[in-house]
Amino acid sequence: MIEVKDLSKSFGGQSVLRDVSARFLPGKMNFIIGRSGSGKSVLTKCIVGLHHPERGSVLYDGRDFTAMDHKGKKEIRKEIGMLFQGSALFDSMTVLENVMFPLRMFSDESLDQNRERAMFCLERVELPDAGDKFPSELSGGMQKRVGIARAIAMNPRYLFCDEPNSGLDPQTAIVIDNLIGDLTREFGMTTVVVSHDMNSVMEASDNVHFVHEGTIAWHGESETLLSGGHPALDEFIFASKLMRQLRQTLRP
Amino acid sequence: MGLFFHIGRYTAFLRQVLRRPERGSVFRKLLLEEMNGIGLQSLGIVALLSVFMGAVICIQTAHQIGGWIPVYTIGFTVRQTMILEFSPTLIPVILAGKVGSNIASQLGTMRVTEQIDALEIMGINSANYLVLPKMIAALACIPFLVILSMGLGIGAGMWVGVSTGVSSVADFEYGMRIDFNAFDVTYALIKTCVFALIISSVSAYHGYHTSGGALEVGRSSTKAVVYAVVIVMIANLLLTQMLLG
Repeated sequence: MIEVKDLSKSFGGQSVLRDVSARFLPGKMNFIIGRSGSGKSVLTKCIVGLHHPERGSVLYDGRDFTAMDHKGKKEIRKEIGMLFQGSALFDSMTVLENVMFPLRMFSDESLDQNRERAMFCLERVELPDAGDKFPSELSGGMQKRVGIARAIAMNPRYLFCDEPNSGLDPQTAIVIDNLIGDLTREFGMTTVVVSHDMNSVMEASDNVHFVHEGTIAWHGESETLLSGGHPALDEFIFASKLMRQLRQTLRP
Repeated sequence: MGLFFHIGRYTAFLRQVLRRPERGSVFRKLLLEEMNGIGLQSLGIVALLSVFMGAVICIQTAHQIGGWIPVYTIGFTVRQTMILEFSPTLIPVILAGKVGSNIASQLGTMRVTEQIDALEIMGINSANYLVLPKMIAALACIPFLVILSMGLGIGAGMWVGVSTGVSSVADFEYGMRIDFNAFDVTYALIKTCVFALIISSVSAYHGYHTSGGALEVGRSSTKAVVYAVVIVMIANLLLTQMLLG
């Protein structure tokens, strides 16, 4: 479980996160949703240590990440996999080299064993024949899948996905969401997904945290999302015509 | 942002860079790639510029001498200009444009496409992983390029001098040997090593700290070249005063 306690972060005197507390459960798809600029990406970057919060703590299964020294943080980071919004694959490496990269840096296994593990990960994301290609030769959806393969290569306990289906068509987006969901359950990972795509939230989330103006304005299970009752959450969910029509049909 | 901010951030950046690499085998592979990029791929431009500069210095010197100034001055001037200033200073300045902008734009693109964040998330010291091989490759390759430049420039000067009839081989060789001080070469190589470190680290600093998008990558690349050249010029003055003054 990942636990965030009273986290605050500001940039240039402007407060972005204010006393945020949240719990992300293992084996579940934990979504952080909110409007653009609400602070959800900053929250995620504080959790993974790319930003340093001014106050508060982040606990990985009880281990206080924010209080750790460089060495301790490095150990925790070996247990973290992350899928970036733009996939963040290394342009100069082939797909196989990308997936093998964390293994080459940290694993004590032989090169053949690392290659075997990387091939397993590529097969798991249904790209067994893409190993020799470069990222620029792949479609957006395929790049995301390679990003997922790289993120799970080290068998992480915690998986973070930043807007995993941004820029993808709805069908491919669902494929990516389902793949992340399957891997989360298969490996028992604590998965945190940052998204503002309501289709994705409705399709794949187990727990939802709604970030509004730098605080967690609402959290709960995804089944209770549509009846959340928070005005800002309702405004966010029912922003599209499709969702408003859905609300009409749901009303008695 | 202020000068002191950049000095502080640059120092902190270098402290991150100058650490033991995570994996020796990975580091060696990266080092060879960087040596290829910085050294081998700069051979052509360095050779071309050196040949033309040596030739031009020869013709200009021949144009200015006459009367009581002996012909061997041509060989002497070509040698001194190439060894003391052209090869150790202007070649690094040109490399600041070629190599420096390449380093800055590569790191800047990696920053804005979150590739550097990806390295950090994996627990890798991204500054050390990305920048140390570049700095060591620059330190290893640029002095060789400068030595090559000296040889080619002097050789081209001699060839042009002889073929245009402004100097004989014997006069040129005499001028080349007269009053030769081996410390001049040492001074040139000391300067070159310092400039190699400045070019690679300053351009890496600018690329690494890029934020934004494609526009900022371009700006970082430009800033990297400008700052590297200015710092090289300042260091040139200080080193010359320290070593020859």
